[in-house]
Amino acid sequence: MALENLSLYEQAILLLAAMVLFTSFALLAQTRILNLIRVFAWQGTLLAVTTGMVAVVSGQHHLYISALLTFVLKALLIPWMLHRLVLRLDIQRDVDSVVQPAVVLLGGAALVVFCYWVALPIVHLSALITRNTIAVSMAVVLLGMLMIISRRKAVSQVVGFMSMENGLFFAAMVSTYGMPMAVELGIAFDVLVAAILFGVFFFQIRASIDSLDIDRLNRLHEVEE
Amino acid sequence: MTALLFMLGLPLVGALLLALVGHSRKAGWINIAVCAGSFAAALTLALGVLDDGPMLSPDKLFYIDAFNVYLVVLTAFVGMTTAIFSRPYMQYELTRGRLTSRRMQLYHAMYQGFLFAMLLSLSTNNLGILWVAMEGATLATVLLVSLYRTPESVEAAWKYFILCGVGIAQALFGTVLLFFAAERVVENRDEALLWSVLHGGAAQMEPTVLALAFVFLLVGYGTKVGLVPLHNWLPDAHSEGPTPMSAVLSGLLLNVALYALVRMKMLVDGAVPGQLAGHLMMGFGLLSFLVAGLFLHRQSDIKRMFSYSSIEHMGLMTFAFGVGGPLATFGALLHMTVHSLTKSAIFVTVGHATHIAGTQAIDKIRGLIRTQPTVGWGLLIGTAAIAGFPPFGVFTSEFLLLTATMKSWPWLTLPLLTGLAIAFTGLFRHLQPMVYGEVPAGQVAVQANMLPVALHLLIVLWLGLAIPGFLARWFDQATLLISGSSLL
Repeated sequence: MALENLSLYEQAILLLAAMVLFTSFALLAQTRILNLIRVFAWQGTLLAVTTGMVAVVSGQHHLYISALLTFVLKALLIPWMLHRLVLRLDIQRDVDSVVQPAVVLLGGAALVVFCYWVALPIVHLSALITRNTIAVSMAVVLLGMLMIISRRKAVSQVVGFMSMENGLFFAAMVSTYGMPMAVELGIAFDVLVAAILFGVFFFQIRASIDSLDIDRLNRLHEVEE
Repeated sequence: MTALLFMLGLPLVGALLLALVGHSRKAGWINIAVCAGSFAAALTLALGVLDDGPMLSPDKLFYIDAFNVYLVVLTAFVGMTTAIFSRPYMQYELTRGRLTSRRMQLYHAMYQGFLFAMLLSLSTNNLGILWVAMEGATLATVLLVSLYRTPESVEAAWKYFILCGVGIAQALFGTVLLFFAAERVVENRDEALLWSVLHGGAAQMEPTVLALAFVFLLVGYGTKVGLVPLHNWLPDAHSEGPTPMSAVLSGLLLNVALYALVRMKMLVDGAVPGQLAGHLMMGFGLLSFLVAGLFLHRQSDIKRMFSYSSIEHMGLMTFAFGVGGPLATFGALLHMTVHSLTKSAIFVTVGHATHIAGTQAIDKIRGLIRTQPTVGWGLLIGTAAIAGFPPFGVFTSEFLLLTATMKSWPWLTLPLLTGLAIAFTGLFRHLQPMVYGEVPAGQVAVQANMLPVALHLLIVLWLGLAIPGFLARWFDQATLLISGSSLL
């Protein structure tokens, strides 16, 4: 990998990609709810920085709006909403234990390798950097999925869900300089509505099973017992 | 163009209006009126497209061709008849105390919001907006699944939200990859996700990227279609929500998701050599068809049972679109129509049946025909139709599918026939005691509005006896679009 041949912008994107991937792993390993939200906010900030940089380099003005939108939505508003919910539900001291953290983290690493393998065919039609970024963003999506699978608390599942969304946004940004504006606005709207609905759901779940442990949502079965 | 505006605008305005006045007694009527207006506009739009061919709106936001316009009409129609059923039904639920008037407000607003999202995803020209609208349809219905606030319904809604959200995120990744491939061949990058642009230039897109994109799109939209093994959310969501919701979810939303999948297949087929997309769809379709048929046997909840029947039929359609060719495609298009008409009719009847019996448990629902003949016979005839009995339309479409399979994949006829038999026995072993059986003491008839059911089943019967010429030409145009050659 001839790093010194890359332009400054490409090196910076690679660095950011690595940092986004790192935050994903941090999310996977973090068990304290409040820290989880904090790491998630950092991931959002990294995304906003990436978008801003892509905007400067590509010279597309609508990307400045995207960058601002991302920062407000994913680094400030959604983490703030989650934080407020956690305080209102009084679960800030909860610890969401991962059953076998080592296995989960190793699984995460395996997922990253897998993503690089899947992205291999793309290499011959694009520069080195795109292969890396597509693989990394795919990995962020799959790590979000792994997080949803391995967690018990509703709040951590939501953070995993939102971090998947971050991976998708990162993919769109670095591999294609962002989706068309109309689509991007639509996606941002969906994410915002989803975040609000999740808040509503926390209260509904709490009211119905008196806890936010998803494990206890176990009344429905695929076949009769 | 005006028709398009009304078709989409009315549900949107209706959603906002009902968000304000959805709790009043008149809300049910407003709901019906908005749906009827939207349906009338959809019909006008369809007639225009039939005469003048595909229509692209001047701002290139909407694209209407023979394939999506028939789904638009179907969606608006079933939306309207279900609204007619929903008015007295939800009023009854309100008086029974299962709902508060605030939740009625939410219900009515979201009903229209859901219809808007579906019509938008059908009519949009932009594959990105298609994704946004599909996700919007999930978001609009997720609170409706938990409308009764029972622990079961909250669990079902959470499952629906997370599983569909995760699934549909894969579809967005697929869309990003599609954009990545398209951006290299389309000059104006703002137009690189437009169907009208891509469909012509699909051949130049990079096959490796497109193949990868299709896998993600299949997982994503396949989750919403309810393909096994991504189907877990479907029986829960369809059975725990209010019955009108079950009718539109099973009858319409699954169709819209399949529509998205078929659109993507059309793109991929143009660029990727071989039959990658078709084979994947055949495999997943057949698996869903067989597995859901087996699960039918072991259900104890009547709405869950019919949800599995929906999975089974969606599997069959996915399989048929995968087989490709004019005959299979024609059959699949017809099957989409008859399935959604029949399935929504069944759910309407099931709604009345659960009011009569006061429960959704199959072994507590007994003697429907004796208590209330219209409901009992409605359920019996509806189930016969969905199981593929002649002379109903489902028989015709399944027959076409079998013929097409015999032609191109003779050995697959065997699992198909076995699957149909399994599903048939699964449905009837539960149905028999429900409609005949001993009447439990104190079971009385309820006020039932069987007009939507009769209307749907009559159309299905008509389609089974003789498909009217204009409709056949209509399906044929869509077949030409999808498979490249026409049948008639």
